[in-house]
Formats: sequence, structure tokens, C-alpha cells
Amino acid sequence: MSLRIDDLVITLGDRPLLALPALAVAPGEVVTVMGPSGAGKSTLLAFLSGTLDAAFRARGRVWLAGEDVTNLPPHRRRIGLLFQDDLLFPHLSVAENLAFGLAPGLRGAARRARVAQALAEAELAGFGPRDPATLSGGQRARVALLRTLLAAPRALLLDEPFSKLDVALRGRVRDFTFAAARREGLPCLLVTHDPADAEAAGGRVLELGRG
Amino acid sequence: MRAAPWLTATLFLGPLAAGLAGTLLPAFGYLPALGGDSLSLDPWRALLAAPGLARSVMLTLGSGLAATLVALLLVLGFCAVTQGSAWARRAQAALAPVLATPHAALAIGFAFLVAPSGWLARLASPWATGWDRPPDLPIPGDPWGLALVLGLVLKEVPYLLLMAFAALGQVPASASLRAAAALGHRPVPAWFKLVLPQIYPQLRLPICAVLAFSLSVVDVALILGPGTPPTLAVLVLRWFGDRDLALWFPAAAGAVLLLGLVLGAILAWRLGERAVAALGRRWIATGHRGGQALLLRALAPAALGLLLAASLAGLAALIAWSLAGPWRFPEALPAGWTLRVWRAQSAEIAGPARATLLVAVLSTLAALGLVLAWLESGAGRRLRALVWLPLLLPQLAFLFGWQVALVRLGLDGTLAAVVWTHLLFVLPYVLLSLADPWAALDPRYARSAAALGAGPWRVFWAVKLRLLLRPLLVAAAVGFAVSVGLYLPTLFAGAGRITTLTTEAVTLAAGADRRVLGAYAALQAALPLLAYALAAALPAWLHRHRQGMRP
Amino acid sequence: MTQPTRRALLGAASLALAAPAWAQTPGHALLAADWPAVQREARGQTVFLNAWGGDDRTNAFLAWAGGRVQALHGVAMRHVRLRDTAEAVARVVAEKAAGRTQGGSVDLIWINGPNFLAMKEQGLHFGPFLDRLPNARFIDRLGKPSTIVDFTVPVEGLAAPWRMAQVAFIADSARVPQPPRSMAALLDWARANPGRTTHPQVRNFMGVTFLKQALHELAPDKAALLRPACDATLRPAADALWAWYDQLRPHLWRGGRAFPANGPAQRPLMLDGELDIYISFNPAEAAVAIANGQLPETARPFVLAGGTLGNTSFVSIPFNAAHAAGAMLVADFLLSAEAQAQAADPRVLGSPTVLDLAALPPEGRARFAALPAGPAILPPEALGRPLQEPHPSWMTRLTAEWEDRYGR
Repeated sequence: MSLRIDDLVITLGDRPLLALPALAVAPGEVVTVMGPSGAGKSTLLAFLSGTLDAAFRARGRVWLAGEDVTNLPPHRRRIGLLFQDDLLFPHLSVAENLAFGLAPGLRGAARRARVAQALAEAELAGFGPRDPATLSGGQRARVALLRTLLAAPRALLLDEPFSKLDVALRGRVRDFTFAAARREGLPCLLVTHDPADAEAAGGRVLELGRG
Repeated sequence: MRAAPWLTATLFLGPLAAGLAGTLLPAFGYLPALGGDSLSLDPWRALLAAPGLARSVMLTLGSGLAATLVALLLVLGFCAVTQGSAWARRAQAALAPVLATPHAALAIGFAFLVAPSGWLARLASPWATGWDRPPDLPIPGDPWGLALVLGLVLKEVPYLLLMAFAALGQVPASASLRAAAALGHRPVPAWFKLVLPQIYPQLRLPICAVLAFSLSVVDVALILGPGTPPTLAVLVLRWFGDRDLALWFPAAAGAVLLLGLVLGAILAWRLGERAVAALGRRWIATGHRGGQALLLRALAPAALGLLLAASLAGLAALIAWSLAGPWRFPEALPAGWTLRVWRAQSAEIAGPARATLLVAVLSTLAALGLVLAWLESGAGRRLRALVWLPLLLPQLAFLFGWQVALVRLGLDGTLAAVVWTHLLFVLPYVLLSLADPWAALDPRYARSAAALGAGPWRVFWAVKLRLLLRPLLVAAAVGFAVSVGLYLPTLFAGAGRITTLTTEAVTLAAGADRRVLGAYAALQAALPLLAYALAAALPAWLHRHRQGMRP
Repeated sequence: MTQPTRRALLGAASLALAAPAWAQTPGHALLAADWPAVQREARGQTVFLNAWGGDDRTNAFLAWAGGRVQALHGVAMRHVRLRDTAEAVARVVAEKAAGRTQGGSVDLIWINGPNFLAMKEQGLHFGPFLDRLPNARFIDRLGKPSTIVDFTVPVEGLAAPWRMAQVAFIADSARVPQPPRSMAALLDWARANPGRTTHPQVRNFMGVTFLKQALHELAPDKAALLRPACDATLRPAADALWAWYDQLRPHLWRGGRAFPANGPAQRPLMLDGELDIYISFNPAEAAVAIANGQLPETARPFVLAGGTLGNTSFVSIPFNAAHAAGAMLVADFLLSAEAQAQAADPRVLGSPTVLDLAALPPEGRARFAALPAGPAILPPEALGRPLQEPHPSWMTRLTAEWEDRYGR
């Protein structure tokens, strides 16, 4: 599985916002995207996930594991998204959150077992029935990542996912995330302001908005 | 989904256009079915020659403007003196039941309270007043319309207060006052100088709706207003109901006159706004720091508390009468309590109660469906102004013409017609209460869900609706309460065949047994209260283990 | 189309030739159908009875009647509660103007006086149907002429009578031991007891009846009242009336500036002690209301020395009624000994029957014999023979003049 972007140009009105001639992200690779505010980092992620606002115009193609996903609706792309906030659905339990993205093929006991196994692997065994609002920040971040992984994504887009965590926690969650991406062989795009994130990612750094 | 705004617009424009045309044309003599096949000014001549018209118009203008002004001043005064204190929240919670109660039930309860033989007189007699018989005082129904004004204020204050609190939540009120305090301004005058100009733009539309409603209301005017002559709206309704259909022509002209009065009053209000704003700017420019506003500090909360107490006591009076055994004047309480009226009336009250529920549930569901589709499509922002039209036009000005159109369509007296007509008034309030929560929902939830493989329908049902369950149910309760309280729309579209607790209660208010009236009005008030309670209890129960879903 | 209807249609063809001159729906199939056919067609229908809904006693009686026709004939009855009978008339007129000649929304109207006349003049009644009703043969047409002539207007079988009404005043005997027995005496009494009597607002039939009752006493030419009012006859009569009323009005309840909405609205006012005397259309009003706790125990009826106005309540079927067969069945049930005795029961309505008791079979008579009597009921001999109602045009003209003089 790899992520490839060809000839991407995004404009807002007449104003070009972002141009990306070519970018390929290998399985397990984390490419860090940096740049000042307004450089188009979030716009790039929105384009990739298929939720670009109608006000923007985009040209170019996105390939995922050899498939052209440019015109697929967001829910068919299987591109995982993580934001600054964990965005766990507050009306669902931890287990229900995890099962939300789990493929419908898996049913009943097998489905519950899959969720329980994922929780156990993340050292959250027994957290299934819990109210997400009662979890600590680090636990919530891990559940959010698990939820994304259980949906069997083909790529990961990370929109400053560590910026709201305190420093002590940040490193652990970061390592946990990158390890998971490598283990699953997912191409990753990480948008961040924090050079430490880029350093930890250890991959290429793409600077937007600078020439 | 994209069609929703246009579908809604059609559902709105149809009745409004047909209704206005069907009122305007007869007002100028054109109604071929009754032999009026050319335009003329005869209807206007007949209208102007009607006994009592001049007094009726004065009464309408006076009571409508007074009710709006008094309600607004009370609300602003209260907001100014309670800014930042816990009282504001408490008042909002305490006024919720009043907000839910239909106008008619409040008015009937108020009449039960203040009439010469009402509860207040009974409580104070004969030990304080010396009355062993009720005094011969013209309350309610005084020729000046004071009871009518008070009855309207009772209901409009909670509504405007809610709107004011909503507006205050969106402006940096406390920060503005802190800045003013740092410059040596006292809080209450500073509130009027700094906060009021910020929230007023958001209050303008609700105020205009209150003004239009107060000028053209029929049910409250029938219950609390004078009868000889009555307000213009009641006069026009009388003519529309006369067996001599030739009176439809002056009635239509009267409805157009009422429309003119409402539009004129709104225009005058806007001019008044400017004048007040100009004076206010001059006041601000003088740099006066203002006084302590001690009088206002005492008066505004006291007046509000009095209104609240009057509303609740009125509702209690409804229940008390429906359960009263013998209750002679001036006894403070009935000699005994009995379920006799409820038992005797249960069969008769069941029909209107069912119809009330059915119409309210169907019109609320229809409104919710349209509003959700509308909001979800993200389109039609400009069409929103249209949705306000039914609240800004006098109901009589288009309901008569709409009724004629319904007869043509063969729909009069059907459930569909009543639900459709209720929709015109339910939908604006549903949209109003849902639009802000909908816009405030973090769009990243939907994006997260889509990234997890959920299609648009699943995102809508399993994420958005569930996250917005509380405001959704509140909007539904508001819509339900609006529908339950509608009088004229039910009267016209229901053609007498579909009667609700409201139409029955207003009919009974003309003087039947207070026990029976109390039962109808109490039930009419109870239904919306139950809906509000359900809207509060259901999410609380569903989310009892979900801290993140608590308000 | 069902079997009986087709047969009824065939029968109608022959009747059309023999239809009386006053037929408003000549050739209507139901007017020729035999009664069992009407019953079959009516079964399963829902009859919308449009009736003034301002009196909870009457409402309760009509609800009882609805239950009985459902049980006896499988006909459902819904009471559309009107604030004013004119609303139903207006609806029928509007439907005719809109071209709706069948499937109309009003099946049966409680009607008399100007409303009956207005519909008759515009040909809006179904019928004549009265003599199609089996129970119509028991009506006391000789003893109660207002069952066939309503406000001087011949009914001609276009409406079925269902209860008698006669003006009776109610006085609280604890406060008025010697009630005034004429309208002139009422004025003197009101002067001495300001604010303690009133009349319903004149747009209500009870309110204008108060004026008509006075008119009957004060008009110089009483015979003129039985003819349509014209300026020549109206002026002297109305002038005499207003001269009296101008003196009375300041002494009425609320200074004559506000009026109870209708007749029953006066009851709570007497119960609370605001009124000592008020006008009613039911000699048994006091008895019924005392039994229901709506009037003080001391309330007593009285009539005027010169007699009081009496009339009959009818039901009529609009020409375009959607459920005319069901409406006929309801009208017939209202004429039955069972319904008439129920209405006459002073615990229910206390309305005098329209039937001739002597003509009834014994079991029907027995129902009436079983009714209780009480001190608050005027026996027929005390009530006196009712005065005939003036022509409806008097009512219309008086209402308009009153509004012009006092409604500004």
C-alpha cells in the first residue's frame, strides 16, 4: 500500500493556494508536512480525505494502493484521519466507538472479540463499557488511534494530533502512533508545527508555502 | 436534500400567496363566487362605516404597542441588572414552563386570577376588602385593553427573555462591562450603553414578531379584551363568521387594514429605534457615568417575579377549578375537591385531545424533517427570511384567503390542511431553535465518521442526530408547543371539523362552567409542558452514563 | 353504489313529479327511500352535527345522543362546536358559492330564527324530510305551533324540531324575594340595585332575545312584529325600546359597557353573587344548574306577567350534506321518546318536549312520568302560553341598531 499524489493544484477563487507536482509516500513511511498558517496544510488533508469545501477548486489525482481514489466519496476512500482533538463520539461507549468503523462483515461475538483484542493490545483491557469522557487524555488519544486502525485504513492523515497533549504524554502517544503505522504498513502524512514531531517521525519533511 | 429549501419555500409561499391574494382581492370587491366580479372601494366604505371601527383601531394599536414595549423594557431592565449573576440562569429555568404554555391557557388562568370573582379577590375577601360579593369592576375585558396588555406581556416576556439570553451568549457582554468599569462606568448604565447595542440586532426580528402578534392576536383578545368594540382582529373574525356572506368584503378590507397597521407599526418601531439610538449615542458621548439605577434594580426583578407568580398562580387556578367542588365567593378555597368534571368530560375531551396531539406531532415531524434536510443541504440561507413571514404578517390577513383556497382544493377540514397550516408557524420556530446548535456542531465529527467508512446517511443518523439529540428534542418540544397553542390556523383550516383543545378552550372561555373550562385549559397547558419535560428527561436518561453529552 | 341507494334513486324519479313547491332538494333519492333503506345507507356514516357549543349541559346531552345513535343504528355523530350558529350557515353558503353541491362538510345544524330563514331563502335546506322520520308523527303541532312555524316562518318540513325553549328569568330568591314581573319593573329594580342584572351581548341570540322580550312589551303595534320589519314599523317600536334601554343601560352589570358572551356565562356570575337576575331560555335552567352546582340553591325562575317569548330548536340538513341519511337518523332519534325524555329530565337539560304525550305509546309516556319535579321548576301552568317570536328581520335590525348606538 502506498499513497501517491500527482500534479495537485488547489485554488481558491483565482488565487492558487497549493501546488504539489508529485508526492509518493511508501507503506510505513511518515512524511511530515510543515509550513506557516495558511500555507494549505489543512486544505491538503481535506482534499485527500475527500472533504474539500466546494469553494476550493482542485486539480490532480490521488492514488492509493494503485487505485485512483480522487473521485471517491470520503467514506469509500478508507483513509484514516486523526485530529488535534480525539473526537471520540461522546454518545457512544469506548467499545461502541471502536466498533463504529469496524467492517460490517464481522458480527456478534467475533466483533466484540476484535474490539476487546484491540483494547488489550493498547493496554486498555476492560475499558470497552467505559464512557469516553471518563478517560485520561492519553487513553483517549490511544482509543482514537485504535478506532481509526480498526476501520482498516489504507493510509493515515494526522492533523497535529499531538499538539494538545502535555509534553510528558506527547512522546508516548507519538511513539505509539508511529509504531502502529509502521506495523500496519500505512503511508502517513503528518501535519505539525512542532519540529520534535518531525524529528520523531524520522522521515521526509515537506515544507509548504516556502517557494 | 438540496430540494428541501425550495420545497419548504413552496409549502410556505403557496398558502401565503394564495392567502394574501384571497384576502386582498375581496378587500377591493373581487370575489366572483359571491357576485363580486369587478374591483371597487365598496368594501372599504362598508368597513369605515362599521360601528366602533375607530375605537377598535385605537384599541388595537394601543394594546399591541403597549404590550410589546412593556415586555421589551422589562426584559432589558432585567438583563441589565442581572448581567453576570446567577439570577439570569435561574430566571431562564423558572420561566421555561411559562414559555411552554399556550397563550390561551395563560390568558384563561390570568382571567381566573384577576376577575372580580377571581382567586386574588377571594384570597383578600372579605377580611381585607370588605367584599362579600365581587365588585362590579370591568376586569377582564376592560374598555382600555389593560387586561389584554397584561395577558400578552405574561407570555411575551419569557419569549423575549429567552431571545435576549441567546443573544447575550454570543457577545462579549461581561468583558465589555469590565472594560467599562475600568473606565469608571457603573454596570447598569454601561449595560445599556455597551451591551444593548450589541444584542439588539439579534432581538429585532423577535421583537417585530411579538409586535405583529400582539397587534393581530385573536384568542387572547377574545378572552381578555373588551367586546364592545373589540380589537380589529376580533371584529374582522366576527364578520368572517357572519351568516351574511356580504360581510366577507368589509372583513377582507379589515384584514388588509390590520396588515397595514402591523406593517406601519413595524415601520414606526424601526424609526423609534433610530431615534432612541441617536439619543443613546448622545448620552454616551456626554461621558456621564450614570447612577446606581437603584429603582431599576429593585423594579425589574420584582416585576418579572410578579409576572412569573401570576402565570404560575393562573395555571394553578385552572387546575384548582377543574378539581373544585362547591366554591362560593369569597371562599379562598373550594369546600371540597372532586374528579367529577374530569370523569364527566373525559369522553368529550378525548377527541380534541387526540386531534391536538396528532396535529402537533405530525406538524412537528414535518417541520423537523424539512428543517433537517434544509440544514443538512447547507443551502438556502437567503430563503430564511421567507420563513419568518408567517410570524410577521397578521394571521387573519392570509388565513381567510387560504381557507377559500383550501375549499377549492377540497382540503378544508382535513387533517392534511390543518397540519400544513400549522407547519407555517411551527417550522420557523423549529428552524430558529435548531439552526444555531446545528451550525455549532464540530464538523470534524462528521469527517471522522466518514473517514471511518460511514456513508452520508449513517453520518446523519448515527452521528449528527445523536450528537444533537438534545437540541433536536428541544426544537421538537418548541414546535409541539407552538402547534398546540395555535388558534386561528386551526379554526380556519379545520373548518370546525378538526377541533383542538385550544379551539375548544377558547369557545368555552366565552362563559361556560369554569370547572369544564379549567379542565380544557389545564390539559392544553399540560401537553406542551409534558413535551418539554420529555425533551429534557429523555436525553438525560439516555446519556446518564455519558458525561460528554451533558449540557 | 350500494343496493338501497340504487333503489332509492329509482323511487326518486317518480317523486320528482310530486315534489311540493317548497322542496329545496327536489328529486333527492333519500326523500323517496323507505325508512329501512335510509337506515341501511346511514349505517357506518359519521354525521357532523354543527351546534352552538357554549353550553356544557347541551354539549353533554348531544354527546349522550351520539352514543345512543351509535349503539342503536351504527351511526357515529360528531358535535362540531360552534361559537355562533351563523358560522355553519356561512360554511354552507361558502360551499355553494364554491360549487360544492355534494359532499358538503355540514350534515346537520341546530338552527332556528334568522339562520333558518337565511338558509330557506337561499334554498340551502335538504328536504322536506320531516315527514320521512317515523317519530315525526308524535310532534305536538297543534299544542306547540312553533314546531311548525319558526319565528313566523313556516318550517314546511325543512327542519325537525327537537326541543322547546321559552324565556324565563332567573332570580336569586335570597336577594330578590319579589322579582319584577315586567320589563318596566325591571328598570325600576335595576335603578334600585345597580349592576346586578345584565343581558348577554346582542350578537348572541340570548342577548337579542332580551331586547325582543322588551320590544314585545314596549312596541305600540304588537301585530307588526309578526311581519317583516320595515322602516315604518321599526321606527316607533325601536324608539320606544331604546328610550327604555337608555335608562336601563347605566344600571346594568359593568355599567352596560361589557356583557356576558352568552346565556350560560351568566350562571357563574350569579353563583359568585355578581348578578341577582338574568334572562334564560330554559324554564328548567335553575333546577338543572342547581343540581350541577352551577347556581345557588336559592335560584328560582320567574316569567313576566305579560308572557314570555317561546320558540323551538330545530335541526336541519344542508342541501349538500355528505351524510344526509345519517343526519335523518339523528334527527329522528332526537324526536324519539327516549331522547325527548332525556332532554326533559331536569338533571340533564330540563327542556320541555316537542312531543304530544297523549299521542305516545304507553312505554314512551312512562319515560316522562318517571321524571322528577322540584321547587326550581316552573310548572307549565305558571309558565303560561309562550308569546310568538317576531319575524327574524326584527332580530337582525335590532342587533344592527344596538351596535350602531352602543357599540362604538
